[in-house]
Amino acid sequence: MPLLENGQIIEDTWQEAQDGQPLSPDSDILVPLSRLAEGLGRNTGGRLGVVLTPADKVEDLRAALPRLDMVCLTFTSFRDGRPFTQARALREHLGYKGSLRVQGHVIPDQYEFLLRCGADQVVAGTQSPVSVWLEAHKRFSIAYQPSVLDEKAEGFAFRKWLSPS
Amino acid sequence: MTQTPQPSSRQVGRYAYDSVDRTFLKQRVDQFRDQVRRRLAGELSEDEFKPLRLMNGLYLQLHAYMLRVAIPYGILSASQMRTLAHIARKYDRDYGHFTTRQNIQFNWIKLEDTPEILDILADTEMHAIQTSGNCIRNVTSDQFAGAAQDEVLDPRVHAEILRQWSTLHPEFTFLPRKFKIAISGSMQDRVAARFHDIGLLARMGDNGRAVFEVYVGGGLGRTPVIGTLLTSELPEEDLIAYLEAVLRVYNEYGRRDNMYKARIKILVQALGAEGFREKVDAEFAAMDRARYHLPPEIVEAIRARFGAPVFDADAAQAEQALALRLKADPEFAAWVRTNTHPHKQKGYCSLTISCKPAGGIPGDVTSAQMDLLADLADRYSFGELRITHLQNVVLGHVRQDHLFELWQILQLNGLGTPNIGLITDIIACPGLDYCSLANARSIPIAQKLSARFADAGLQREIGSLRLNISGCINACGHHHAGHIGILGVDKRGEEAFQITLGGSSGDLPSIGQIIGSAMSEDETVDAIVRIIDTYLAQRAPGEHFIETCRRLGTAPFKDAAYAVA
Repeated sequence: MPLLENGQIIEDTWQEAQDGQPLSPDSDILVPLSRLAEGLGRNTGGRLGVVLTPADKVEDLRAALPRLDMVCLTFTSFRDGRPFTQARALREHLGYKGSLRVQGHVIPDQYEFLLRCGADQVVAGTQSPVSVWLEAHKRFSIAYQPSVLDEKAEGFAFRKWLSPS
Repeated sequence: MTQTPQPSSRQVGRYAYDSVDRTFLKQRVDQFRDQVRRRLAGELSEDEFKPLRLMNGLYLQLHAYMLRVAIPYGILSASQMRTLAHIARKYDRDYGHFTTRQNIQFNWIKLEDTPEILDILADTEMHAIQTSGNCIRNVTSDQFAGAAQDEVLDPRVHAEILRQWSTLHPEFTFLPRKFKIAISGSMQDRVAARFHDIGLLARMGDNGRAVFEVYVGGGLGRTPVIGTLLTSELPEEDLIAYLEAVLRVYNEYGRRDNMYKARIKILVQALGAEGFREKVDAEFAAMDRARYHLPPEIVEAIRARFGAPVFDADAAQAEQALALRLKADPEFAAWVRTNTHPHKQKGYCSLTISCKPAGGIPGDVTSAQMDLLADLADRYSFGELRITHLQNVVLGHVRQDHLFELWQILQLNGLGTPNIGLITDIIACPGLDYCSLANARSIPIAQKLSARFADAGLQREIGSLRLNISGCINACGHHHAGHIGILGVDKRGEEAFQITLGGSSGDLPSIGQIIGSAMSEDETVDAIVRIIDTYLAQRAPGEHFIETCRRLGTAPFKDAAYAVA
């Protein structure tokens, strides 16, 4: 499935840990929260990321966060908006600066929201052509509220430019 | 009509868009047009399209699509009202329906016409954004905002700030359930603040800036709850930060496994008021508050975009002129007494125009009536109208010496009913005639009750009374909050109605109690007549229905309701 980063398609170099399989020693690997300790104990050069479910508490990552290169949030349904709050909490409360990926059932209409809540990579589903995602990224030039991206102010109130004016 | 035009700006009472706001709306229309295209192309499943169309106010009802257009905090310009009339005429069956959420609904819309309708609305700075869906809905406010004598702060400014903040909010557009906010600028609650997910009552703080009482977790529906006071002194500068904190707690912890338990009221009950407050306070303390800080400059920048009326200097004499008319014409005097509200400007009043004629459908207005209302707003109220959560229309600033002329015109056009606050000023949801959720029809029983109590003298004798009708447990007709409530139910395949008594949405909020088993439509109408007779027989001097009800309890009314003739 295509991987988008800030409105561009990029190559995915990460692998997700397989149930019951040992963690691959050198690759960039994503582990579930339950295998975080195992991942942190992996004494190799590969990068480490964690996959959260919507019910996981981002607070549980606080100690490990400086050693993580990626946090991946999962939408079990595009209607379940908990990952938006998880993304904001990671960026705003925990000051996480690494990659923040979103996977699962997301739709292009949510792309701008995901970016404004702090996600930077999105695994795009195959239902919609990639062009729809790219258009969604350019659809709006204005937003009406502050976000973790601290976009440039438009003039008055909380209005922000989403794209350079 | 010989009225000289008032020195009015068309923007009185409204927030004026600039080119950026207009561009945004057009982008939103383009987005929806594309969503419709993707749905038709199969790129979006109906499951995926549904929340997207709902966030643009488009429902699929029993017979057709229904489009719910936002009227932010109830304020409309005359030209916007004419646009609504045009939409009703061209795309619907020549009428619209004002709702308890200060919206207007069109019941017979075609999906393929919707992008075009949204485009027309955008041309006049209107939209259907977030009038449905599991997001922050159209913010409601006091229909007398900016005019009421008892007001301490114009709530429209803060309502507009909340409207903007909540519009396509990136974090809160896929909440567990819908989320409704009401804001009042006076301590007399005309917005049912304690029956909203968040209710805000504003007052002036010591530093000359607003502070808010914040109620959370109120609501009607199948679990009616009176909102909990979360904080009594929220400074204006923290308004956005605090609401962000409340919404984050809700988004994280609100239930999603059962849609009937997904509203914030259930979460507040589950955690307890203290538990909920602790979570909000923790979030509030942890968040980057500077980012969400609402400084006076922003409030003033928004306030500056609202047009204000320039009142006539000679209006002080209007009171005397009105007094003479009142003496001469008792029928007119009765209408003025029920349908006007005290204005802060001497010589003016706010006028409520009843959309509930005897035997009519509450809230329904024809295209011709909408056009007339727009004309009257231009002539008599600075080109500005308000839609009330009681499904009526208000002219906010009417010179008292213009009332007689206005009354004559309204009477000729079926809009002169003198029943505001009386028994036939009924709230009714669309019911089974339109709504796919309903168990029973609300409209016919509303019409029968309205006809039964049509006599204006009898209504005045009964006095202040709130009668609310819902066609199902979802309570869109606010039956729980009615002094008398009627709830439509399905009784072994037949429509039937339960009566509740003692509900109230104002400063002393209470939830009505069911008095007994459900009855047929006609039996219910007769039972309510007997309940009213009981009240008239047993009331203490000067006592309103709700007061008698609170004093006596429901027992005598129950006996009367179920008495076999």
